[in-house]
Amino acid sequence: MKKDQVILGIETSCDETAAAIVINGCEIAANVVASQIESHKRFGGVVPEIASRHHVEQITIVLEEVLQQANMTMADIDAIAVTEGPGLVGALLIGVNAAKALAFAHNKPLVPVHHIAGHIYANRLVTELKFPLLALVVSGGHTELVYMKEQGHFEVIGETRDDAAGEAYDKVARVLHMPYPGGPHIDRLAHEGSPVIDLPRAWLEEGSYDFSFSGLKSAVINTVHNAQQRGQTIKPEDLAASFQDSVVEVLVTKTVKAAEEYRVKQVIVAGGVAANKGLRSALETAFSEIEEVDLVIPPLSLCTDNAAMIAAAGSVLFEKGVRADISLNANPGLDIEIFNA
Amino acid sequence: MTILAIDTSNHPLGVALLENDQVIGEYITNLKKNHSIRIMPAIQALMQDCERVPADLTKIVVAKGPGSYTGVRIGVTIAKTLAWTLNIPLVGVSSLEILAAGAGRYFEGYISPLFDARRGQIYTGLYQYVHGKLETTKRDQVAMAVDWAEQLTEMDKPILFVGNDLSIHRDVIGERLGSRAIFAGVTEQNPRPSELAMLGKDKQGEDVHTFVPNYIRLAEAEAKWLEKQAKNFQ
Ligand SMILES: [Zn+2]
Repeated sequence: MKKDQVILGIETSCDETAAAIVINGCEIAANVVASQIESHKRFGGVVPEIASRHHVEQITIVLEEVLQQANMTMADIDAIAVTEGPGLVGALLIGVNAAKALAFAHNKPLVPVHHIAGHIYANRLVTELKFPLLALVVSGGHTELVYMKEQGHFEVIGETRDDAAGEAYDKVARVLHMPYPGGPHIDRLAHEGSPVIDLPRAWLEEGSYDFSFSGLKSAVINTVHNAQQRGQTIKPEDLAASFQDSVVEVLVTKTVKAAEEYRVKQVIVAGGVAANKGLRSALETAFSEIEEVDLVIPPLSLCTDNAAMIAAAGSVLFEKGVRADISLNANPGLDIEIFNA
Repeated sequence: MTILAIDTSNHPLGVALLENDQVIGEYITNLKKNHSIRIMPAIQALMQDCERVPADLTKIVVAKGPGSYTGVRIGVTIAKTLAWTLNIPLVGVSSLEILAAGAGRYFEGYISPLFDARRGQIYTGLYQYVHGKLETTKRDQVAMAVDWAEQLTEMDKPILFVGNDLSIHRDVIGERLGSRAIFAGVTEQNPRPSELAMLGKDKQGEDVHTFVPNYIRLAEAEAKWLEKQAKNFQ
Protein backbone atom coordinates (compact mmCIF):
# COMPACT_ATOMS: atom_id res chain seq x y z
CA MET A 1 0.00 0.00 0.00
CA LYS A 2 1.23 3.45 -0.91
CA LYS A 3 1.84 5.77 1.99
CA ASP A 4 -0.43 8.81 2.18
CA GLN A 5 1.02 12.08 0.97
CA VAL A 6 0.56 14.81 3.60
CA ILE A 7 0.99 18.47 2.63
CA LEU A 8 0.96 21.47 4.95
CA GLY A 9 -0.28 24.56 3.10
CA ILE A 10 0.28 28.17 4.13
CA GLU A 11 -1.49 31.17 2.58
CA THR A 12 -1.06 34.85 3.52
CA SER A 13 -1.40 36.67 0.20
CA CYS A 14 -4.07 39.15 1.25
CA ASP A 15 -6.13 39.48 4.41
CA GLU A 16 -6.52 35.89 5.59
CA THR A 17 -3.84 34.10 7.59
CA ALA A 18 -4.40 30.47 6.72
CA ALA A 19 -2.89 27.02 7.19
CA ALA A 20 -4.24 23.63 6.20
CA ILE A 21 -3.23 20.01 5.99
CA VAL A 22 -4.37 18.03 2.96
CA ILE A 23 -3.93 14.29 2.40
CA ASN A 24 -3.25 12.97 -1.11
CA GLY A 25 -4.21 16.31 -2.61
CA CYS A 26 -7.92 15.84 -2.11
CA GLU A 27 -8.80 15.19 1.51
CA ILE A 28 -8.78 17.99 4.09
CA ALA A 29 -7.34 16.90 7.45
CA ALA A 30 -7.58 20.43 8.87
CA ASN A 31 -8.25 23.87 7.45
CA VAL A 32 -7.75 26.99 9.57
CA VAL A 33 -8.42 30.55 8.39
CA ALA A 34 -7.96 33.66 10.53
CA SER A 35 -9.76 36.44 8.72
CA GLN A 36 -8.81 40.09 9.20
CA ILE A 37 -11.83 41.44 7.40
CA GLU A 38 -13.29 43.08 10.50
CA SER A 39 -10.10 45.08 10.94
CA HIS A 40 -10.04 46.32 7.33
CA LYS A 41 -13.76 47.17 7.08
CA ARG A 42 -13.28 50.56 8.72
CA PHE A 43 -10.85 51.53 5.94
CA GLY A 44 -13.17 50.42 3.12
CA GLY A 45 -10.57 47.99 1.80
CA VAL A 46 -7.50 46.00 2.70
CA VAL A 47 -4.65 48.16 3.99
CA PRO A 48 -1.41 46.34 3.11
CA GLU A 49 0.63 47.46 6.14
CA ILE A 50 -2.16 46.51 8.53
CA ALA A 51 -2.64 43.16 6.80
CA SER A 52 1.07 42.42 7.22
CA ARG A 53 0.93 43.30 10.91
CA HIS A 54 -2.02 40.99 11.49
CA HIS A 55 -0.29 38.11 9.69
CA VAL A 56 2.64 38.33 12.15
CA GLU A 57 0.17 38.23 15.04
CA GLN A 58 -1.64 35.18 13.67
CA ILE A 59 0.89 33.00 11.91
CA THR A 60 2.09 30.67 14.68
CA ILE A 61 -1.38 30.49 16.23
CA VAL A 62 -2.83 29.31 12.94
CA LEU A 63 0.01 26.80 12.43
CA GLU A 64 -0.44 25.34 15.90
CA GLU A 65 -4.18 25.15 15.46
CA VAL A 66 -3.95 23.26 12.19
CA LEU A 67 -1.57 20.61 13.56
CA GLN A 68 -3.77 20.20 16.62
CA GLN A 69 -6.94 19.84 14.59
CA ALA A 70 -5.32 17.27 12.32
CA ASN A 71 -3.81 15.57 15.35
CA MET A 72 -0.42 15.60 13.67
CA THR A 73 3.12 16.83 14.29
CA MET A 74 5.63 18.20 11.78
CA ALA A 75 7.01 14.66 11.54
CA ASP A 76 3.82 13.62 9.72
CA ILE A 77 4.24 16.31 7.05
CA ASP A 78 5.83 15.37 3.71
CA ALA A 79 6.17 18.87 2.29
CA ILE A 80 5.31 22.49 2.99
CA ALA A 81 3.41 24.35 0.26
CA VAL A 82 3.24 28.11 0.44
CA THR A 83 1.76 30.89 -1.67
CA GLU A 84 4.68 32.58 -3.41
CA GLY A 85 2.44 35.07 -5.22
CA PRO A 86 0.65 36.97 -6.56
CA GLY A 87 -0.66 39.13 -3.74
CA LEU A 88 0.42 41.88 -1.37
CA VAL A 89 4.17 41.60 -1.02
CA GLY A 90 4.34 42.39 2.70
CA ALA A 91 1.57 39.91 3.41
CA LEU A 92 3.08 37.16 1.23
CA LEU A 93 6.42 37.59 3.02
CA ILE A 94 4.98 36.37 6.33
CA GLY A 95 3.77 33.06 4.91
CA VAL A 96 6.90 32.57 2.81
CA ASN A 97 9.26 33.18 5.71
CA ALA A 98 7.27 31.05 8.15
CA ALA A 99 7.28 28.25 5.57
CA LYS A 100 11.02 28.55 5.04
CA ALA A 101 11.70 28.50 8.79
CA LEU A 102 9.57 25.36 9.13
CA ALA A 103 11.22 23.68 6.15
CA PHE A 104 14.64 24.46 7.62
CA ALA A 105 13.80 23.40 11.17
CA HIS A 106 12.43 20.02 10.07
CA ASN A 107 14.36 19.49 6.85
CA LYS A 108 11.21 19.30 4.73
CA PRO A 109 10.77 20.03 1.03
CA LEU A 110 9.35 23.45 0.22
CA VAL A 111 6.86 23.81 -2.66
CA PRO A 112 6.07 27.29 -4.03
CA VAL A 113 2.44 27.69 -5.15
CA HIS A 114 0.73 30.26 -7.36
CA HIS A 115 -2.33 31.69 -5.61
CA ILE A 116 -4.58 31.17 -8.63
CA ALA A 117 -3.39 27.58 -9.03
CA GLY A 118 -4.60 27.24 -5.45
CA HIS A 119 -8.04 28.65 -6.28
CA ILE A 120 -8.33 26.22 -9.19
CA TYR A 121 -7.22 23.23 -7.13
CA ALA A 122 -9.72 24.08 -4.38
CA ASN A 123 -12.07 22.16 -6.68
CA ARG A 124 -10.04 18.99 -6.33
CA LEU A 125 -11.10 18.97 -2.67
CA VAL A 126 -14.71 18.42 -3.74
CA THR A 127 -14.48 16.52 -7.00
CA GLU A 128 -12.10 14.76 -9.33
CA LEU A 129 -10.64 17.07 -11.95
CA LYS A 130 -11.08 15.99 -15.58
CA PHE A 131 -8.71 17.26 -18.23
CA PRO A 132 -8.64 19.22 -20.37
CA LEU A 133 -10.44 21.74 -18.22
CA LEU A 134 -11.21 25.42 -18.17
CA ALA A 135 -11.14 27.48 -15.00
CA LEU A 136 -12.93 30.78 -14.61
CA VAL A 137 -11.13 32.58 -11.80
CA VAL A 138 -12.96 35.59 -10.40
CA SER A 139 -12.02 37.41 -7.24
CA GLY A 140 -11.23 40.83 -5.80
CA GLY A 141 -7.83 40.68 -7.48
CA HIS A 142 -8.33 38.42 -10.49
CA THR A 143 -10.51 37.74 -13.48
CA GLU A 144 -9.01 35.13 -15.76
CA LEU A 145 -9.75 32.13 -17.88
CA VAL A 146 -7.15 29.42 -17.38
CA TYR A 147 -6.91 26.42 -19.68
CA MET A 148 -5.38 23.23 -18.27
CA LYS A 149 -4.58 20.45 -20.70
CA GLU A 150 -3.34 18.25 -17.87
CA GLN A 151 -2.62 18.14 -14.14
CA GLY A 152 -0.36 21.00 -13.00
CA HIS A 153 -0.24 22.73 -16.41
CA PHE A 154 -1.69 26.25 -16.68
CA GLU A 155 -2.31 28.45 -19.69
CA VAL A 156 -3.93 31.84 -19.23
CA ILE A 157 -6.15 32.32 -22.29
CA GLY A 158 -7.86 35.47 -21.06
CA GLU A 159 -7.49 38.01 -18.28
CA THR A 160 -8.72 41.42 -17.26
CA ARG A 161 -7.01 44.38 -18.85
CA ASP A 162 -7.95 46.73 -16.02
CA ASP A 163 -10.11 46.05 -12.96
CA ALA A 164 -10.83 42.60 -11.61
CA ALA A 165 -14.53 41.74 -11.42
CA GLY A 166 -14.45 41.80 -7.61
CA GLU A 167 -12.80 45.19 -7.67
CA ALA A 168 -15.58 46.56 -9.87
CA TYR A 169 -18.11 45.18 -7.38
CA ASP A 170 -16.37 46.95 -4.50
CA LYS A 171 -16.27 50.25 -6.38
CA VAL A 172 -19.91 50.10 -7.43
CA ALA A 173 -20.84 49.21 -3.85
CA ARG A 174 -19.07 52.35 -2.73
CA VAL A 175 -21.07 54.45 -5.20
CA LEU A 176 -24.22 52.95 -3.68
CA HIS A 177 -22.91 53.70 -0.16
CA MET A 178 -22.65 50.07 0.81
CA PRO A 179 -19.98 48.71 3.12
CA TYR A 180 -16.83 46.85 2.08
CA PRO A 181 -16.61 44.18 0.75
CA GLY A 182 -19.30 45.14 -1.74
CA GLY A 183 -19.81 41.89 -3.67
CA PRO A 184 -22.33 40.18 -1.40
CA HIS A 185 -24.32 43.44 -0.98
CA ILE A 186 -24.62 44.04 -4.72
CA ASP A 187 -25.52 40.40 -5.27
CA ARG A 188 -28.31 40.59 -2.68
CA LEU A 189 -29.59 43.93 -3.97
CA ALA A 190 -29.51 42.72 -7.58
CA HIS A 191 -32.01 40.00 -6.73
CA GLU A 192 -34.46 42.63 -5.49
CA GLY A 193 -34.26 44.79 -8.62
CA SER A 194 -34.57 44.50 -12.41
CA PRO A 195 -31.88 45.18 -15.00
CA VAL A 196 -33.69 48.15 -16.54
CA ILE A 197 -30.69 50.47 -16.83
CA ASP A 198 -28.71 50.17 -20.01
CA LEU A 199 -25.05 49.51 -19.17
CA PRO A 200 -22.26 48.56 -21.56
CA ARG A 201 -20.73 45.12 -22.06
CA ALA A 202 -17.03 45.07 -22.93
CA TRP A 203 -16.61 42.30 -25.48
CA LEU A 204 -13.24 43.60 -26.76
CA GLU A 205 -11.91 42.33 -30.11
CA GLU A 206 -13.49 39.40 -31.87
CA GLY A 207 -12.19 36.14 -30.42
CA SER A 208 -10.56 37.70 -27.35
CA TYR A 209 -11.06 36.03 -23.99
CA ASP A 210 -9.81 39.10 -22.15
CA PHE A 211 -12.03 41.16 -19.89
CA SER A 212 -12.42 44.84 -19.08
CA PHE A 213 -14.56 46.25 -16.31
CA SER A 214 -13.36 49.83 -15.95
CA GLY A 215 -15.75 51.12 -18.64
CA LEU A 216 -18.67 49.49 -16.89
CA LYS A 217 -17.58 50.94 -13.58
CA SER A 218 -17.39 54.45 -15.11
CA ALA A 219 -20.81 54.00 -16.73
CA VAL A 220 -22.30 53.18 -13.32
CA ILE A 221 -20.69 56.23 -11.75
CA ASN A 222 -21.90 58.46 -14.63
CA THR A 223 -25.42 57.07 -14.41
CA VAL A 224 -25.62 57.92 -10.71
CA HIS A 225 -24.04 61.33 -11.27
CA ASN A 226 -26.33 62.30 -14.16
CA ALA A 227 -29.42 61.22 -12.25
CA GLN A 228 -28.35 63.35 -9.29
CA GLN A 229 -27.89 66.39 -11.53
CA ARG A 230 -31.32 65.97 -13.02
CA GLY A 231 -32.79 65.47 -9.59
CA GLN A 232 -33.90 61.97 -10.48
CA THR A 233 -33.57 58.98 -8.23
CA ILE A 234 -32.34 55.63 -9.33
CA LYS A 235 -33.43 52.53 -7.48
CA PRO A 236 -30.21 51.05 -6.09
CA GLU A 237 -31.74 47.61 -6.60
CA ASP A 238 -32.14 48.26 -10.32
CA LEU A 239 -28.66 49.65 -10.65
CA ALA A 240 -27.20 46.63 -8.86
CA ALA A 241 -29.22 44.27 -11.06
CA SER A 242 -28.15 46.07 -14.23
CA PHE A 243 -24.50 46.11 -13.19
CA GLN A 244 -24.52 42.46 -12.18
CA ASP A 245 -26.23 41.52 -15.42
CA SER A 246 -23.49 43.15 -17.44
CA VAL A 247 -20.68 41.47 -15.47
CA VAL A 248 -22.32 38.06 -15.50
CA GLU A 249 -23.26 38.14 -19.15
CA VAL A 250 -19.69 38.85 -20.23
CA LEU A 251 -18.20 36.27 -17.88
CA VAL A 252 -20.61 33.53 -18.85
CA THR A 253 -20.54 34.18 -22.60
CA LYS A 254 -16.74 34.14 -22.76
CA THR A 255 -16.53 31.06 -20.55
CA VAL A 256 -18.98 29.14 -22.71
CA LYS A 257 -17.17 30.16 -25.89
CA ALA A 258 -13.78 29.13 -24.52
CA ALA A 259 -15.15 25.84 -23.22
CA GLU A 260 -16.42 25.03 -26.69
CA GLU A 261 -13.34 26.16 -28.56
CA TYR A 262 -10.97 24.24 -26.27
CA ARG A 263 -13.30 21.22 -26.10
CA VAL A 264 -12.90 20.87 -22.35
CA LYS A 265 -14.47 18.16 -20.24
CA GLN A 266 -14.89 20.35 -17.21
CA VAL A 267 -15.42 24.00 -16.37
CA ILE A 268 -14.52 24.98 -12.85
CA VAL A 269 -15.22 28.24 -11.13
CA ALA A 270 -12.75 29.58 -8.57
CA GLY A 271 -12.17 32.65 -6.42
CA GLY A 272 -14.29 34.74 -4.09
CA VAL A 273 -16.74 35.96 -6.74
CA ALA A 274 -17.66 32.32 -7.37
CA ALA A 275 -19.83 32.80 -4.30
CA ASN A 276 -21.98 35.24 -6.28
CA LYS A 277 -25.49 33.78 -6.70
CA GLY A 278 -26.18 35.62 -9.95
CA LEU A 279 -23.01 34.23 -11.54
CA ARG A 280 -23.60 30.73 -10.20
CA SER A 281 -27.11 30.46 -11.55
CA ALA A 282 -26.24 31.98 -14.93
CA LEU A 283 -23.39 29.50 -15.35
CA GLU A 284 -25.61 26.62 -14.28
CA THR A 285 -28.22 27.59 -16.83
CA ALA A 286 -25.69 28.01 -19.63
CA PHE A 287 -23.89 24.74 -19.02
CA SER A 288 -27.04 22.71 -18.45
CA GLU A 289 -27.42 22.98 -22.22
CA ILE A 290 -23.92 21.71 -22.95
CA GLU A 291 -23.95 18.02 -22.12
CA GLU A 292 -20.33 17.15 -22.69
CA VAL A 293 -19.06 19.71 -20.15
CA ASP A 294 -19.24 19.29 -16.37
CA LEU A 295 -19.63 22.51 -14.41
CA VAL A 296 -18.02 22.54 -10.96
CA ILE A 297 -18.60 25.32 -8.45
CA PRO A 298 -16.93 24.79 -5.07
CA PRO A 299 -18.69 25.40 -1.76
CA LEU A 300 -18.45 28.91 -0.36
CA SER A 301 -15.80 28.02 2.22
CA LEU A 302 -13.40 26.98 -0.54
CA CYS A 303 -14.09 29.97 -2.83
CA THR A 304 -12.52 32.54 -0.55
CA ASP A 305 -8.82 32.46 0.28
CA ASN A 306 -7.74 29.44 2.31
CA ALA A 307 -4.68 27.23 2.63
CA ALA A 308 -6.35 23.91 1.80
CA MET A 309 -6.37 25.04 -1.81
CA ILE A 310 -2.66 25.87 -1.58
CA ALA A 311 -1.93 22.44 -0.12
CA ALA A 312 -4.09 20.80 -2.84
CA ALA A 313 -2.19 22.59 -5.62
CA GLY A 314 1.05 21.98 -3.72
CA SER A 315 0.32 18.27 -3.72
CA VAL A 316 0.29 18.15 -7.54
CA LEU A 317 3.33 20.40 -7.88
CA PHE A 318 5.20 18.31 -5.28
CA GLU A 319 4.52 15.18 -7.35
CA LYS A 320 5.73 17.07 -10.42
CA GLY A 321 8.99 17.79 -8.61
CA VAL A 322 8.49 21.53 -8.16
CA ARG A 323 10.70 22.74 -5.30
CA ALA A 324 12.01 25.97 -3.80
CA ASP A 325 15.07 26.37 -1.61
CA ILE A 326 15.17 28.58 1.45
CA SER A 327 16.08 31.64 -0.57
CA LEU A 328 12.45 31.65 -1.79
CA ASN A 329 11.05 35.17 -1.90
CA ALA A 330 7.54 36.56 -2.12
CA ASN A 331 6.66 37.40 -5.71
CA PRO A 332 3.67 39.78 -5.94
CA GLY A 333 3.55 39.56 -9.75
CA LEU A 334 4.17 35.82 -10.11
CA ASP A 335 3.25 34.29 -13.48
CA ILE A 336 1.25 31.05 -13.30
CA GLU A 337 2.75 29.66 -16.47
CA ILE A 338 6.26 29.26 -15.00
CA PHE A 339 5.00 26.09 -13.29
CA ASN A 340 4.52 24.39 -16.65
CA ALA A 341 8.14 23.45 -17.34
CA MET B 1 22.96 26.26 25.59
CA THR B 2 22.99 27.38 21.96
CA ILE B 3 21.39 30.71 21.11
CA LEU B 4 20.54 31.81 17.58
CA ALA B 5 20.29 35.58 17.14
CA ILE B 6 18.59 37.13 14.09
CA ASP B 7 18.55 40.77 13.04
CA THR B 8 16.91 41.94 9.80
CA SER B 9 15.36 45.09 11.19
CA ASN B 10 17.48 47.57 9.20
CA HIS B 11 19.97 47.39 6.34
CA PRO B 12 22.45 45.31 8.32
CA LEU B 13 21.55 41.64 8.21
CA GLY B 14 22.99 39.71 11.12
CA VAL B 15 23.05 36.17 12.44
CA ALA B 16 25.01 34.89 15.42
CA LEU B 17 25.40 31.69 17.38
CA LEU B 18 26.27 32.01 21.03
CA GLU B 19 27.16 28.90 22.99
CA ASN B 20 28.04 28.78 26.66
CA ASP B 21 29.24 32.39 26.71
CA GLN B 22 31.24 32.05 23.52
CA VAL B 23 30.34 33.57 20.20
CA ILE B 24 30.90 30.55 17.97
CA GLY B 25 29.74 32.19 14.78
CA GLU B 26 28.66 35.55 13.48
CA TYR B 27 27.59 36.78 10.05
CA ILE B 28 26.87 40.34 9.15
CA THR B 29 26.40 42.42 6.03
CA ASN B 30 25.42 46.05 5.64
CA LEU B 31 23.80 46.08 2.22
CA LYS B 32 20.60 47.35 0.71
CA LYS B 33 19.74 43.85 -0.48
CA ASN B 34 16.69 41.71 0.02
CA HIS B 35 16.58 40.26 3.54
CA SER B 36 13.81 37.82 2.66
CA ILE B 37 16.02 36.09 0.11
CA ARG B 38 19.21 36.14 2.19
CA ILE B 39 18.38 35.59 5.83
CA MET B 40 17.46 31.89 5.85
CA PRO B 41 20.46 30.89 3.70
CA ALA B 42 22.65 32.97 6.07
CA ILE B 43 21.26 31.11 9.08
CA GLN B 44 21.72 27.78 7.33
CA ALA B 45 25.29 28.52 6.23
CA LEU B 46 26.37 29.75 9.66
CA MET B 47 24.86 26.74 11.41
CA GLN B 48 26.45 24.36 8.92
CA ASP B 49 29.86 25.99 9.36
CA CYS B 50 29.47 25.74 13.13
CA GLU B 51 28.25 22.13 12.77
CA ARG B 52 25.02 22.78 14.56
CA VAL B 53 21.53 21.58 13.59
CA PRO B 54 18.19 23.24 14.40
CA ALA B 55 17.50 20.70 17.14
CA ASP B 56 20.63 21.93 18.98
CA LEU B 57 19.13 25.40 19.47
CA THR B 58 17.93 26.28 22.95
CA LYS B 59 16.80 29.87 22.42
CA ILE B 60 16.00 32.37 19.66
CA VAL B 61 16.78 36.04 20.15
CA VAL B 62 15.48 38.51 17.59
CA ALA B 63 15.86 42.23 16.95
CA LYS B 64 12.29 43.44 17.34
CA GLY B 65 12.66 46.96 15.92
CA PRO B 66 12.43 49.80 15.43
CA GLY B 67 13.46 49.77 11.82
CA SER B 68 12.03 48.90 8.42
CA TYR B 69 8.52 47.53 8.96
CA THR B 70 9.03 44.83 6.35
CA GLY B 71 12.56 44.05 7.48
CA VAL B 72 11.68 43.61 11.12
CA ARG B 73 8.70 41.42 10.22
CA ILE B 74 10.90 39.03 8.23
CA GLY B 75 13.19 38.41 11.22
CA VAL B 76 10.36 38.26 13.72
CA THR B 77 8.33 35.82 11.59
CA ILE B 78 11.30 33.48 11.23
CA ALA B 79 12.15 33.80 14.93
CA LYS B 80 8.56 33.13 16.03
CA THR B 81 8.22 30.15 13.71
CA LEU B 82 11.53 28.61 14.78
CA ALA B 83 10.87 29.15 18.48
CA TRP B 84 7.37 27.74 18.20
CA THR B 85 8.22 24.69 16.11
CA LEU B 86 11.40 23.84 18.05
CA ASN B 87 9.56 24.53 21.28
CA ILE B 88 12.27 26.82 22.68
CA PRO B 89 12.06 30.30 24.24
CA LEU B 90 11.86 33.45 22.14
CA VAL B 91 13.30 36.76 23.31
CA GLY B 92 12.99 40.13 21.59
CA VAL B 93 15.56 42.88 21.99
CA SER B 94 15.36 46.48 20.84
CA SER B 95 17.26 47.01 17.60
CA LEU B 96 18.60 50.26 19.08
CA GLU B 97 19.80 48.56 22.24
CA ILE B 98 22.01 46.25 20.15
CA LEU B 99 23.85 49.23 18.71
CA ALA B 100 24.23 50.86 22.11
CA ALA B 101 25.50 47.66 23.70
CA GLY B 102 28.31 47.25 21.20
CA ALA B 103 29.58 50.77 20.75
CA GLY B 104 29.11 52.06 24.26
CA ARG B 105 30.50 49.31 26.48
CA TYR B 106 33.46 51.32 27.80
CA PHE B 107 31.97 54.76 27.32
CA GLU B 108 31.42 56.93 30.40
CA GLY B 109 28.29 58.76 29.43
CA TYR B 110 25.06 58.27 27.55
CA ILE B 111 24.65 56.39 24.30
CA SER B 112 22.17 57.44 21.63
CA PRO B 113 21.86 54.77 18.93
CA LEU B 114 19.90 55.89 15.90
CA PHE B 115 18.32 54.86 12.62
CA ASP B 116 17.07 57.32 10.05
CA ALA B 117 13.25 57.50 10.02
CA ARG B 118 12.99 59.90 7.06
CA ARG B 119 11.90 63.54 6.80
CA GLY B 120 14.37 64.66 9.45
CA GLN B 121 13.24 62.05 11.94
CA ILE B 122 15.21 59.35 13.73
CA TYR B 123 14.40 56.25 15.71
CA THR B 124 16.45 56.57 18.86
CA GLY B 125 16.61 56.09 22.60
CA LEU B 126 19.09 56.84 25.35
CA TYR B 127 21.15 54.15 27.05
CA GLN B 128 23.86 54.04 29.67
CA TYR B 129 26.18 51.39 31.09
CA VAL B 130 25.80 51.26 34.85
CA HIS B 131 28.20 48.87 36.63
CA GLY B 132 28.76 47.00 33.38
CA LYS B 133 25.04 46.62 32.67
CA LEU B 134 23.23 48.44 29.89
CA GLU B 135 20.29 50.47 31.15
CA THR B 136 17.62 52.51 29.38
CA THR B 137 17.56 56.21 30.25
CA LYS B 138 15.03 57.31 27.62
CA ARG B 139 12.81 54.76 25.92
CA ASP B 140 12.96 54.00 22.18
CA GLN B 141 11.03 56.59 20.19
CA VAL B 142 10.73 58.40 16.91
CA ALA B 143 11.70 62.09 17.03
CA MET B 144 12.89 64.92 14.87
CA ALA B 145 16.67 64.75 15.08
CA VAL B 146 16.80 68.44 15.91
CA ASP B 147 14.32 68.08 18.80
CA TRP B 148 16.15 65.06 20.14
CA ALA B 149 19.47 66.91 20.14
CA GLU B 150 17.81 69.85 21.84
CA GLN B 151 16.43 67.56 24.55
CA LEU B 152 19.87 66.11 25.16
CA THR B 153 21.44 69.51 25.88
CA GLU B 154 20.13 69.01 29.43
CA MET B 155 22.12 65.83 30.01
CA ASP B 156 24.98 65.94 32.49
CA LYS B 157 27.43 63.72 30.58
CA PRO B 158 28.72 63.44 27.01
CA ILE B 159 26.64 61.49 24.53
CA LEU B 160 27.91 58.87 22.10
CA PHE B 161 25.95 58.68 18.86
CA VAL B 162 26.05 55.46 16.88
CA GLY B 163 24.47 54.05 13.75
CA ASN B 164 24.99 53.74 10.00
CA ASP B 165 22.67 56.70 9.39
CA LEU B 166 24.75 59.10 11.50
CA SER B 167 26.00 60.93 8.44
CA ILE B 168 22.46 62.12 7.65
CA HIS B 169 21.95 63.75 11.06
CA ARG B 170 25.46 64.49 12.24
CA ASP B 171 25.37 68.18 11.43
CA VAL B 172 22.09 68.85 13.20
CA ILE B 173 23.29 67.00 16.31
CA GLY B 174 26.74 68.62 16.31
CA GLU B 175 25.22 72.07 15.99
CA ARG B 176 23.12 71.65 19.13
CA LEU B 177 25.49 69.65 21.32
CA GLY B 178 28.95 70.78 20.23
CA SER B 179 31.79 68.88 21.87
CA ARG B 180 29.40 66.96 24.11
CA ALA B 181 28.37 64.91 21.10
CA ILE B 182 30.77 62.09 20.27
CA PHE B 183 30.37 60.04 17.12
CA ALA B 184 31.21 56.35 16.95
CA GLY B 185 33.70 55.09 14.38
CA VAL B 186 33.03 53.22 11.17
CA THR B 187 33.57 49.73 12.60
CA GLU B 188 31.03 50.30 15.36
CA GLN B 189 28.11 51.44 13.21
CA ASN B 190 26.63 48.01 12.48
CA PRO B 191 24.50 46.36 15.15
CA ARG B 192 26.37 43.18 16.05
CA PRO B 193 24.21 40.05 16.17
CA SER B 194 26.50 38.63 18.87
CA GLU B 195 25.56 41.59 21.08
CA LEU B 196 21.94 40.77 20.34
CA ALA B 197 22.50 37.20 21.48
CA MET B 198 24.21 38.37 24.69
CA LEU B 199 21.43 40.86 25.47
CA GLY B 200 18.82 38.13 25.15
CA LYS B 201 20.80 35.39 26.87
CA ASP B 202 19.43 35.87 30.37
CA LYS B 203 16.08 37.35 29.45
CA GLN B 204 13.01 35.28 30.04
CA GLY B 205 11.21 33.85 27.03
CA GLU B 206 8.11 35.71 25.86
CA ASP B 207 4.82 34.31 24.61
CA VAL B 208 5.62 33.24 21.05
CA HIS B 209 2.09 33.57 19.67
CA THR B 210 1.49 37.14 20.83
CA PHE B 211 5.04 38.34 20.12
CA VAL B 212 5.06 41.29 17.68
CA PRO B 213 7.66 43.76 16.43
CA ASN B 214 8.04 47.11 18.12
CA TYR B 215 7.16 49.33 15.19
CA ILE B 216 7.10 52.45 17.41
CA ARG B 217 4.68 53.99 14.95
CA LEU B 218 1.13 53.05 14.09
CA ALA B 219 0.40 52.10 10.50
CA GLU B 220 -0.35 55.33 8.63
CA ALA B 221 -3.94 54.33 7.83
CA GLU B 222 -4.51 53.43 11.47
CA ALA B 223 -3.16 56.77 12.71
CA LYS B 224 -5.36 58.69 10.26
CA TRP B 225 -8.39 56.63 11.22
CA LEU B 226 -7.84 57.32 14.93
CA GLU B 227 -7.41 61.00 14.20
CA LYS B 228 -10.73 61.04 12.38
CA GLN B 229 -12.43 59.17 15.22
CA ALA B 230 -11.13 61.69 17.72
CA LYS B 231 -12.41 64.58 15.59
CA ASN B 232 -15.84 62.99 15.22
CA PHE B 233 -15.97 62.53 18.97
CA GLN B 234 -15.29 66.18 19.78
ZN1 LIG C 1 -7.66 34.65 -3.76
